Amino acid sequence: MDQLPARDPVSGPRSLLDRLFDQGLLVRTGVDGLYGRSGEFESVVEAVDRIATRLGAGDGAESLRFPPGMSRPAFERSGYLKGFPNLAGTIHCFCGNDADHARLLACIEAGTDWTGGQAASEIVLTPAACYPLYPVAAARGALPEGGLLFDLQSYCFRHEPSLEPTRMQMFRMREYVRMGSPDQVLAFRELWLERGTAMMRELGLPIAVDPANDPFFGRAGRMLANNQRAQGLKFELNVPVNSEDKPTACLSFNYHQDHFGTIWDIRQADGEVAHTACVGFGLERITLALLRHHGLDIEAWPDAVRDRLWG
Amino acid sequence: MVLPEDIRDTLKSVAALTEVVDSLGEDDNLFDRGLDSFGSVQLMLALEERYNIEFPDNLLNRRSFSTIRIIVETVSKLTVSAAA
Repeated sequence: MDQLPARDPVSGPRSLLDRLFDQGLLVRTGVDGLYGRSGEFESVVEAVDRIATRLGAGDGAESLRFPPGMSRPAFERSGYLKGFPNLAGTIHCFCGNDADHARLLACIEAGTDWTGGQAASEIVLTPAACYPLYPVAAARGALPEGGLLFDLQSYCFRHEPSLEPTRMQMFRMREYVRMGSPDQVLAFRELWLERGTAMMRELGLPIAVDPANDPFFGRAGRMLANNQRAQGLKFELNVPVNSEDKPTACLSFNYHQDHFGTIWDIRQADGEVAHTACVGFGLERITLALLRHHGLDIEAWPDAVRDRLWG
Repeated sequence: MVLPEDIRDTLKSVAALTEVVDSLGEDDNLFDRGLDSFGSVQLMLALEERYNIEFPDNLLNRRSFSTIRIIVETVSKLTVSAAA
């Protein structure tokens, strides 16, 4: 069993992450960004998730839940590796024989690398809740006249170890995804910008909605990021959690144009390539924002906030 | 010296433009003719390799790759500064 990281000395101010550990809200695993959650923490995550459900209840979204792994061929086709090779997580497994097994155990015994014989499986960790959806939607054929709307939630993985509690490697993303004409999906995004802003204000959180870009990799990524900002394709709803200078994106509102429609050949009813957009709720991030601003004692949160979450 | 025909030749290596390169005017917007974001990255890398240049961060945007004329101007400046 790996040793868990030593607790920081008590001298000096405790970081938010340390205080979350101290309070038992998050549980150390020995890996930065990979944490257990307490029942109390989960009660907030679930309450935020329910609010997202209520906000979208009248829209007629089809609810789907995928496991946190997706098909590797679908992942490859999605284009994720073009923009984010550094964040992707693949699942590798032992596929050897008895001799390979013996070598593996010998490596572990000797404390040397045992992973060289692992082979890529057919599964990749889901990088965003909507990624498994597109091939499923495409397989149904052309969209109906009014387009389609989906409701998703999934654990997601991004390989970015960090001591900021808001940058977890495995976290849950709740999403609504709209597919249809450009007008339909842009109207959807506007609606959720309003809904998301109102929700966070009612939860007593200081917010700002800002143009944003995805964290594309490398120099090519800088160009993709500049393009994304210039075209106003992504907005984030930010809340100061770790610091005022670098607020945390708790919700994001994304217009993919025809990116996924083209990749997956998703067609509108009239045969044109479908456009897509999504709103994503970072469930742990919203929970952490609430803990940061209302305190680590959830029982002591303002009545209005508790009523909104559990009333 | 950077010639429009050389840029046209480089554009042929970008899958999204291969079919339309010969009908492109020097001021046609390449993004209106099928170039997408990933295609513009391919184009940037192809130009950097062909002319042995590096686009600085302030030129990594859609405008720099939007028309043949702008690409000629931009690459010309970068090749001059690379040679200096």
